[in-house]
Amino acid sequence: MYEGVVQSLIDELGLLPGVGPKSAQRIAFHILSADPADVRRLAQVLTEIKDKVHFCRICGNVAAEEECRICRDARRDPQVICVVEESKDVVAIEKTREFRGRYHVLGGAISPIEGVGPDDLRIKELMKRLADGEVTEVILATDPNLEGEATATYLARLLKPMGLKVTRLASGLPVGGDLEYADEVTLGRAFEGRRLLDV
Amino acid sequence: MSLYRDEGVVLRTQKLGEADRIITILTRRTGRVRAVAKGVRRTKSKFGGRLEPFSHVDVQFHTGRTLDVVTQVEVLHPYGARLAQDYPRYTTGIAMLETAEKLTVGEKEPSLRQFLLLVGGLRTLVENTHEARLILDAYFLRSLAVAGYAPSLDKCARCGSEHIRGFAIVAGGAVCGACRPAGAATPSAESLALMRSLLRGDWAAADVSQSRHRGECSGLVAAYLQWHLEHGIRSLRHVERESDAPSSVPASFGGNPATHPA
Ligand SMILES: [Zn+2]
Ligand SMILES: [Zn+2]
Repeated sequence: MYEGVVQSLIDELGLLPGVGPKSAQRIAFHILSADPADVRRLAQVLTEIKDKVHFCRICGNVAAEEECRICRDARRDPQVICVVEESKDVVAIEKTREFRGRYHVLGGAISPIEGVGPDDLRIKELMKRLADGEVTEVILATDPNLEGEATATYLARLLKPMGLKVTRLASGLPVGGDLEYADEVTLGRAFEGRRLLDV
Repeated sequence: MSLYRDEGVVLRTQKLGEADRIITILTRRTGRVRAVAKGVRRTKSKFGGRLEPFSHVDVQFHTGRTLDVVTQVEVLHPYGARLAQDYPRYTTGIAMLETAEKLTVGEKEPSLRQFLLLVGGLRTLVENTHEARLILDAYFLRSLAVAGYAPSLDKCARCGSEHIRGFAIVAGGAVCGACRPAGAATPSAESLALMRSLLRGDWAAADVSQSRHRGECSGLVAAYLQWHLEHGIRSLRHVERESDAPSSVPASFGGNPATHPA
């Protein structure tokens, strides 16, 4: 245990995902020895992120304004929606430059064991977006692991009766992994090879 | 370093750090084990999707100071891949995994019977030979029995009388008229008979039961299970019955009725 504010910093850092007690201590001491200007900038960004960043009211992606850059871009194909679990998946897919439609960020995957059911995700919002009939294809790009697959199964069953083309990223994506870790080439190929879902 | 090998079913996984996961697995000989699978979330992991929930695997561990480490894994039955294609069966299976974890109290306390029950239950679920709700209730009743919490179904749980007049969770199952506490349920004789069939594994009788008796049986079994487990089964609320798949009509959307009382 360290004194006062040093220990507080270690405790706060330790709450971050992927940061264990040892890493928290290392980061804390790195900050202590860093240039004061650098630390001030970090502190400012941390404050700003909560004040200035929103979630897009249309797709749920992180956005600097009410609507995200992609939803505001008139050149994006309004007929295709790609459904992902998290904003970081949008970033991963954008890097492939394969996809010209729009996104829908669910905010996670269905995980009954963690108490997360369909009603806890942005599925109602997705259904509202599909109601006017402009969208003709929905690509389910949830993670290629068990929870992602089960979430895709749930969504496909919901979307199919609406007469939409429902596809799922398939080929090349390694099973069990997180979508964000797939390399651009593999992820790009997965878009080309997406398959129709039969439910 | 000390290595050991066992056969097991992955119950749960949790993210750890950048790319690892902690795997909770119910094994045949060692009981419930928590172990680290290193690098499993990277796309080029040698483990691939083998360590997902439901996977029935042959696995080798390296004994660690706090957590053991998975060193090798081979899939015996990839139950998860099949279940993930069928949402009601998937949610049913998840409730079974959670129950298996909560009914095996200590880590590394061997429980061969719990292991065999879970493997048998998952196999039946994937084979799709009985209604998922019946499979789940049979699994609940039998795993409760293995854990020493079987409800009394043939005789009054308090006095042993055979004149059953109700079902009281606090009393431990069926009760006679004299012993029946206030607020006891009064299930039909058919629902109690269904519970007996499921506990015994009499599928011929269970399969011909009526829907309303299945519903009553499910309600009682779920309440009984939740009462016996300190923290309850979280996923039970999200179990979807095969008959109540949501329609895509927005008006009814979100009305995903819980099958069981929470
Ligand atoms: Zn947006
Ligand atoms: Zn009695």
